[in-house]
Amino acid sequence: MADQTLPIAGALDLTPIHHRPRPLVEWLHDWVITVDHKRLGILYIVYSLFFLLVAGVEAICIRIQLAVPNNHFLPPEVFNRFFTMHGTTMVFLVGMPILFGFANYLVPLMIGARDMAFPRLNAFSFWLTAFGGILLYYSFIGGFGLYGMGNAPDVGWFAYAPLTEKPFSVGHPVDYWALALILSGFGTLGTAINIIATTLSMRCRGMTLLRMPLFVWLMLVVSGMTLVTITPLTAAQVMLLIDRYLGGHFFDAQAGGSAVIWAHFFWIFGHPEVYILVLPAFAIENEIVPVFARKAIFGYPAMVAASVGIAFVSMGVWAHHMFTIGMTSVSNTFFVLSTMLVSIPTGIKIFNWLATLWGGKIRFTVPMLFAIAFLFQFLIAGLTGIMLAVAPWDWQLHNSYFLIAHFHYVLVGAIVMNIFAGIYYWYPKATGRMLNETLGKWHFWIFVIGFHITFDTMHFVGFLGMPRQIYTYEPDRGWGHLNMIISIGGFIQAIAVLIFAWNLIYSYRKGKAAGNDPWDAWTLEWSTPSPPPVYNFAADPVVNSRRPLWDLKHPEDPDWKYEA
Amino acid sequence: MKDVLRATITTSSLSEPPKRASNKVLIRPQMNFMIREHGARAIRLTTPLLIACAARSAWGDVPQQVPSIFAPESTPADSIFHLSLFVLAITGGIFVVVAGLLTWALIRYRARGDDTSEPAQIYGSTQVELAWTVVPILIVVVLFLTTARIIFAIQDAPKPKSALDVTVVAHQFWWEFRYPKLGIVTANELHVPVGSATFLHLLSADVMHSFWVPQLAGKTDVIPNHPNETWIEPQRPGLYLGQCAQFCGIEHAKMLLRVYVDTPTQFAAWVKDQQQAGAQYPQVAAGRQIFETHACTNCHAITGTAATGRFGPDLTHLASRATIASGAVPNNPENLREWIKDPDHFKEGVLMPAMQLDDHEIDELVAYLDSLH
Repeated sequence: MADQTLPIAGALDLTPIHHRPRPLVEWLHDWVITVDHKRLGILYIVYSLFFLLVAGVEAICIRIQLAVPNNHFLPPEVFNRFFTMHGTTMVFLVGMPILFGFANYLVPLMIGARDMAFPRLNAFSFWLTAFGGILLYYSFIGGFGLYGMGNAPDVGWFAYAPLTEKPFSVGHPVDYWALALILSGFGTLGTAINIIATTLSMRCRGMTLLRMPLFVWLMLVVSGMTLVTITPLTAAQVMLLIDRYLGGHFFDAQAGGSAVIWAHFFWIFGHPEVYILVLPAFAIENEIVPVFARKAIFGYPAMVAASVGIAFVSMGVWAHHMFTIGMTSVSNTFFVLSTMLVSIPTGIKIFNWLATLWGGKIRFTVPMLFAIAFLFQFLIAGLTGIMLAVAPWDWQLHNSYFLIAHFHYVLVGAIVMNIFAGIYYWYPKATGRMLNETLGKWHFWIFVIGFHITFDTMHFVGFLGMPRQIYTYEPDRGWGHLNMIISIGGFIQAIAVLIFAWNLIYSYRKGKAAGNDPWDAWTLEWSTPSPPPVYNFAADPVVNSRRPLWDLKHPEDPDWKYEA
Repeated sequence: MKDVLRATITTSSLSEPPKRASNKVLIRPQMNFMIREHGARAIRLTTPLLIACAARSAWGDVPQQVPSIFAPESTPADSIFHLSLFVLAITGGIFVVVAGLLTWALIRYRARGDDTSEPAQIYGSTQVELAWTVVPILIVVVLFLTTARIIFAIQDAPKPKSALDVTVVAHQFWWEFRYPKLGIVTANELHVPVGSATFLHLLSADVMHSFWVPQLAGKTDVIPNHPNETWIEPQRPGLYLGQCAQFCGIEHAKMLLRVYVDTPTQFAAWVKDQQQAGAQYPQVAAGRQIFETHACTNCHAITGTAATGRFGPDLTHLASRATIASGAVPNNPENLREWIKDPDHFKEGVLMPAMQLDDHEIDELVAYLDSLH
């Protein structure tokens, strides 16, 4: 504790902190009061991985219920709660926190800073987010108030009004949902402000904006988007609570409110949210692909421009979630065009990654395997996205299992894949030990196979007319076998995740020592010890190019000679 | 690429005014792509295969009626089907090219042996990057124009004078169908004539729903305080299945839809039948009395009786319908009995309460309801 001034016993003990025997309570206390960006980053990631397991269990229950027609594994109200909680958890308690966890841990290290710009705000943001998650799950116990009956939200993760209004949703589950998201939203805003301030004002000498690692660029863009998009969500939740408790009629159609306005509010948040989740996956891809292809990223300025371009365009596409809601043909046409425009900067990114691989010497390590799977799966997700952007086809595909398949291709096939890639890549930095390569390859292959069994099949059951969010279906619809296949794939993925969890624990104790720079990489975080000390860098680094460690390792052929 | 270019040419006539083939039939907004016939045939052939492998075995005894979007039987669904083939061809082409390049790069440029030297560092190339920006822009232009054409063709299709009007009122968890010009009110099973357009006026009594019969048209949401409209123009008589496609509460999964596309004669007969007040047979007067003296009348209507409730389905011609509980179970005396005794048995959370009648009363009541042809 650099700022500790009180004469507390032990404050002057010069033994390094991790060599001192300490009781568990003190160790926990250290983690709770920490303002160190690295510890907070790890807290975010552990928190998200915990909820990943919880929401994964919910997904498995959903898949058991749907494996055969007219199944009675879950009663309908429990099924409805599970898919609502699965979606809400994965987006707000897994996706957002884990990506901010990566940002927290890596942004200061990558730009040569000693911490985030506002360390206390950082801690406050994490605990707000964490409390939001706990509040959401407390609804299982407290949703029905004092009646002693558990009840979690059961209105779908986008919670279309007026189903969320008092007459249709009694008890408090919707209130828990709204309040939990408001809370975690404030936490997210705090972190976003922090990341923007850090990248803009804490960069080391020589690190101009156009020398920042692309990871940092993308986190900057994501944080900017967060500031713009969380606000309408929070506003909508407050209006919903006003409707429910203060007699408002914003979304109460019977009293003249508008159900469509809720949809606009939600999706003007909800669509940029998808990019808030996927841009950090791009960020991880941007670090891993060059290192294991052994080449500089191809077209760095274009990558930056494409990211900023995606951020801008993504703010104007939200109503493509609402093609079926009854907009005019002109509005529908506008949102078709804006949505299709997103594919241009996205295409640029895919081509740039491809060009980075081209002519490289590709090393198929575990992080690289996940990063490669990302490329193929994200390509498919992008193409099915184009299909959904074709409004007339979307009238068929919307809210069908095809849509579910599409966004799981984005959220699992792209984002979760790169979260795994990122963890395999930076775990050595954070813990000082390598993750086990053999277990990692098992994890990769089993997960990829399970993923494709599940989500490829989902497209087809969508073509056959199966809508989402149904707890059961009739045997005469012909969806039975495909659903069975989907469920089997789900179990295969679950096995892979258990292998991963075991790998995290096993390697923490028994893993190979990592050293400072196990991947022979080029960004600043690899110049620090693993794990990095509290202060990150003993001396402030000075950089001359986008790959400072390349310059150090290849003084005969440094990057700064070529970068315009 | 040839297909793409051709598509640009053939779809450039956005401003072409929609023609009407006859007073009865709407112009079918199709596209004249080269791929259309072959692709359509291929998909039409493979779809039954897919359906077949989805259908057989454990539940093989159940006759299959798959609501596939690739088996369209009505104008909007058919135009969408052909548009989807075009989009599939373009996206499929993109996938083959990009995935092929990726695979090639991964194989060709893998690190070999213990070669630890670094490859040549290439930072970018303006020409190449410009090329792969321009090509996607061209593809987007083509896709956009094609899509826009179909949007306008379907959404702004003029309503023929002969079109049948139906008002659809979605309720938590069932469908009410009103034929304002014919004076018919029915539930859950929609009857429309083949070969002519039916315009559906979509209203909701409570929360948001969505009307979706994949083989007839894309879905349109049914929203309280926000009337929507959609239309169908079925080309082949038969039964088409669909269901609510917007989560609407606990029994969303059992808010099923059945659309009977009738031949003109069948339809005329059905209309005539529905327009008559239900026959009231003296043999079932006891059941009628139970119906009229219990809370049934608060929610249900039967023309010609004291029952005028509007909260639940109109039962005037209940026995003419093939299913009860919004398509959840077949309409037969055993199921009716179970349904009245314990609605939750078939549909947990349904808004109809259990009526607490004794067995004798239920027998009488079921006999009465079963007589309402």
